[in-house]
Amino acid sequence: MPALLPIDILLIAVCAWLAVGLAGLVAPRNTRFIAKTLFPVGALIGVLVGFVALSSLGAAPETAVLVIGLPDLPFHLRLDNLTAIFAMLLGFVSVGISIFAAGYFREGEGTAPGLLCLEYHVFLASMLMVLLADDAYAFMVAWESMALASFFLVTTNHQHDEIRRAGYLYLLIAHVGAINILLSFGVMTANSGDYTFSGMRGQHLSSFWASAAYLLALAGFGAKAGLVPVHVWLPEAHPAAPSPVSALMSGVMLKTAIYGLLRVSFDLLGSPIWWWGVVALAVGLVTALFGVLYSTVQSDMKRLLAYSSIENIGLIAVGIGLTLIFHSYRMEALAALAMTAVFYHCLAHAGFKSLLFLCTGSVLHATKERSLGKLGGLIHRMPWVAWLALAGVIAGAGLPPLSGFISEWLLLQAFLFSPGLPHPWLNMIVPVAAALVVLVAALAGFAMVKFFGIVFLGQMREESLKDAHDAGWWERIGLIWLALITLCLGIFPSSVILRIDAATRQLLGIGLAERMADHGWWMLAPISAERASYQPLVFLAVIAASVLLGRQLVHRFYHGRVRRSPAWDCGYFFQGPRAQDTAEGFSHPIRRIFEPMFRMQRHFPTARDTQPYYSVKVEDHFWHWLYLPVARLVGGISGLITLLQGGRIAIYLLYSFITLILLLLVARP
Amino acid sequence: MNISGLLAQLFAIVMALFLAPLLTGWVGQCRAWLQSRTAPPLLQPYYMLHKLFHKDVVLAHGASSLFRVAPFVVFGCMVLACAIVPTLSTDLPFAPAADTIALVGVFGLARVFISLAAMDIGTSFGSLGGRREMLVGFLAEPALLMVIFTTAMISQSTSVATIVETLAHREFAIYPSLAFAGIAFTFVSLAENARVPVDNPATHLELTMIHEAMILEYSGRHLALIEWASSLKLYAYSCLGLALFFPWGIAAGDSFPAMLAAIPLLLLKLTIGGFLLAVIETVNAKMRIFRAPEFLGTAFLLAVLGLLVRLLMETRV
Repeated sequence: MPALLPIDILLIAVCAWLAVGLAGLVAPRNTRFIAKTLFPVGALIGVLVGFVALSSLGAAPETAVLVIGLPDLPFHLRLDNLTAIFAMLLGFVSVGISIFAAGYFREGEGTAPGLLCLEYHVFLASMLMVLLADDAYAFMVAWESMALASFFLVTTNHQHDEIRRAGYLYLLIAHVGAINILLSFGVMTANSGDYTFSGMRGQHLSSFWASAAYLLALAGFGAKAGLVPVHVWLPEAHPAAPSPVSALMSGVMLKTAIYGLLRVSFDLLGSPIWWWGVVALAVGLVTALFGVLYSTVQSDMKRLLAYSSIENIGLIAVGIGLTLIFHSYRMEALAALAMTAVFYHCLAHAGFKSLLFLCTGSVLHATKERSLGKLGGLIHRMPWVAWLALAGVIAGAGLPPLSGFISEWLLLQAFLFSPGLPHPWLNMIVPVAAALVVLVAALAGFAMVKFFGIVFLGQMREESLKDAHDAGWWERIGLIWLALITLCLGIFPSSVILRIDAATRQLLGIGLAERMADHGWWMLAPISAERASYQPLVFLAVIAASVLLGRQLVHRFYHGRVRRSPAWDCGYFFQGPRAQDTAEGFSHPIRRIFEPMFRMQRHFPTARDTQPYYSVKVEDHFWHWLYLPVARLVGGISGLITLLQGGRIAIYLLYSFITLILLLLVARP
Repeated sequence: MNISGLLAQLFAIVMALFLAPLLTGWVGQCRAWLQSRTAPPLLQPYYMLHKLFHKDVVLAHGASSLFRVAPFVVFGCMVLACAIVPTLSTDLPFAPAADTIALVGVFGLARVFISLAAMDIGTSFGSLGGRREMLVGFLAEPALLMVIFTTAMISQSTSVATIVETLAHREFAIYPSLAFAGIAFTFVSLAENARVPVDNPATHLELTMIHEAMILEYSGRHLALIEWASSLKLYAYSCLGLALFFPWGIAAGDSFPAMLAAIPLLLLKLTIGGFLLAVIETVNAKMRIFRAPEFLGTAFLLAVLGLLVRLLMETRV
C-alpha cells in the first residue's frame, strides 16, 4: 500500500468533517452528545489539518484527481504552498473555534443542534475544498457549498425578521460575487474548454483580457472578503450569526477570498500590469479607512468587530496591491516583503479576530446583551474572557508585542521602498499612502479601546450584569488556544516567516529566507539588520522585567499598602453608572472630525422637553448612494415586466399570435 | 552582545531614570521664570516622587486588576523607549530590539494601557480623558510616522542607530526636508507629551484636561510611576528629537570613556531644549480640544511636505 500523501490526509479530513456533520443528524436534539463529542472531534481534525499543512509547506506540489463530478470533468485537486498556508490557517484557527463551540451551542436557540453541527462541519469541509480545488468546476462547487453552508449558519435564529434579512443580503452579495468569479474563470480559459487551473496557467491572454479577468476576480473575491463597496453584508451578517460562526466567517472565510484573489492574480494570470496594483491599493485604502471609521462609531459590539474586519481586509488588499506593483516592475525582493506582510496579516487577523468574536459570544451568553450601551464592568465578573480579550485587542490595535504589529511593521517596511519605483508619480504617491495605513492603525487602536473599555471596564451599566458569569472551561480553552496563536505569531515572527516563505517563493520566485537566515530566530530583520530589525522577545522581556522589578523595588523600599474608598465624585454624589461615557459619546470626536464620512440622524433634546432624550443613528452612505438606487431600478424594471402579465388568457394568446406573425415576417426561409 | 555592552545599556537606562525628572523640573522652573512666578526647586519632581511613593494607594471601589497593572506597564514601556532611543551611544545591545516604527508602537501600547485604565473606574472624567488621549494619539501617529519616513529615506534605514549615524556623519548641509520634519516633530512631541497648546500638564480644569483627567483616580505609588513615566516620555521624545535633528556628539561605540564624553553635550542640548519647550508653552495658549485636529493636521502636512521635498529634490544627495 503506498504511503499516505499529505493531500490524501487532507481529503480524509474533508470526509471526516462531513462524517462528523452527518453524525449530528443521528440525534439532532441531543445537545450533550453533539457539543461534547462531535465538536471536539471536529477540533481534532482541525489539529490534523493544521499540522499536515504546516509540514507540507516547502514540499513539492501534489495533485490528485477525484472521479466525482461531471462525466468528463472530474475534480482536480492540488496541494501547493499557497494552499498549505491557508489550510494551516483554517486548521489551527478552527481548532479554537470548534472547542469554544463545544461549550457554546445550547438548546433552544433556533436551528436544532444536530443540523447546526452538520452545517458547521460542511462549512469547514467546503472551505478546505476551496483551497484544494485545482479546476474552476471543483472550485465553484466548493465555493457555493461554502456560501450556502454559511448562509444557513447565519440564519440559525431564523425566527427573527432582521436575521432573515441579513441572511438574504449575504446570499445576494455572495452570488453577485460568485458570478464575477465564474466570469473571471471563463475569461481565463480563453475558449479552450480546459477548466483546470494548469490549463489557465498555460493561456497567454492579451493584456485587455488579462485585465478583465483580474478586475472580475477582484470584484468577485472582494464581495466575499468585504471590500468597499460590496462590504454591506458583513456588518449585517456578523451580528446575526452565532458567535463561533462569526468567528469562523471573519477569521477564516474572508481569508479564502484573499486566497482566491492571490491564486488568480499571482498564479493563474501570468505577469501583472502595474495599474492592477494601484487599483487594489486604492480600493484597499478606501476599504480600510472606511471600515475603521465605521467601526469606531458602532454601538453594537459585533458590528464594531465586523467593521474592523472590513478594515483588516482593506489592509490586506493594500498589501496585495503593493506586491502587485513591485511584482509588475520585477522588483521581486520587495514584492516578497509585501507578500509576506499579506500572509502574516491573514494569519494574525484570523487569530485575533476569531478570539474577539468568541469573546463577544461569551459576553452575549453571560449577559444576553449585544449593545455596548448596556454592558460595562464585566472584567469583575468575567476575568478570563476579559484578559484573553485584551490580548486580541492589543493585537487588533496593531501594537507590539502581539501579532497585529508584525504584519503592519512588514507592510510599512515595504512602503519605505516604494520611492524606488521606476514610475514618474507612483513613487511620490505610494509613500504617502503609508501615512493613511498608519492613520488606519491608530484609529483601529481607538476602536479597540472603545470595544474593550466599554464592554469590560467601568461600572456595570445595567443591574442585570451583576449576574453575569465567566465562560465555561470549553470556551476558555478555545479562547486560550487562539490567544496563544496571537502571542506566538507576535513573539516568533522569524520562525513563522521562514515557514511561509515557501509560498512567497512559489508565487514570486524569491523569498525572504536567504536574507533572514543570518540572524537568530529571535530577531526579525527581513532585509538586513542595518536596515531594520525588531526583536519582540527583548521587547517583551524589558517590559516584563520593568513591571516585575518595579513592583518588587517599590514594595521593598517603600510599601505595598492599599486603601479602598469610593471614587472621587466632584462633590456630586448622585453619580451612577449612567454618568459614564456611552458608546456614542466615546466616538463623538470621530463623528465630529470625520463628519462628511457618515450619514447621521441626530435628535437633540430642547430645553422644554418633558422627556428629553438624545439619539444618534449612523448609516452607511453606500446604502443611499448605491444599494437603494440599484434596488429601486431592479424594482422598477420588474414592475414594468409585470405589466405584461395581466393574468387574462386572451392577452397571453394575443402575445403568442403577435410573436408568430413577427416570426413569419422576420424569419423567412 | 557582551558584558561591557550590557553595562553600557544599563548605564543609559539608569541615567534616563534619573535625568528624566530633572528635565521635567527644569522645564517647570523655566516656565515659572518666564511667567514671573517664584520657581519651584529644580529637584521638585524627585521630592514629589518620594512623597508619592510613601503614601498609601487609595483605590476606588470599582478598580480592577487592570487598573493596578497599568502604571507598571506604562512605566515599563517608557523604560524600554528610553533604552532604545540613543542618548549617549548608538551602539547599544538593545538598539536592534526595536526600530523607529516599533518605537511608535511602544508609545502606542503605553497609550492604550493608560486609556483603558482611565476607563476602568467608570467615572465620567476617566473615559473623557481616555477618548481624548486616543484622539490625540490617532492624530499624532501618522504625522510622527511621516517624520520617521523622511529620516528613514535619507538614511535608507528605520533603525534608530543607523539613522543617527548617517545623519551625524553627513557633511554639514541644511536639508529642507529635515527642516520640515523637525517642525512637524516638534508639533507632535508637544501633543504626545500633553503640553500646551494641546494639553496643559498643570491644569485641573475639568473641560480642558486630557492627561490629568485620565490619572485622576491614581494615587500613591501608582501615581508616582505614572508621573515618572511621563517624565521618561518627555525625556525619550527630547532625546529622539535631538538624535534625529541634532545628532552631533553621540558616541558611536559602547566604550565608557566615549559615553562619558557625550554626557555634557547631551545635558547642554537638553537644557536648551527644555528652555525652548518652556518658551513655547509660555507664548501659546491652550487650544480647544477640537482645534487639536487642525494643529496636528498641520504637523502631518508639514511632514508630508518634508517627505515630498525629499523625494522630489534630494534624491541625488
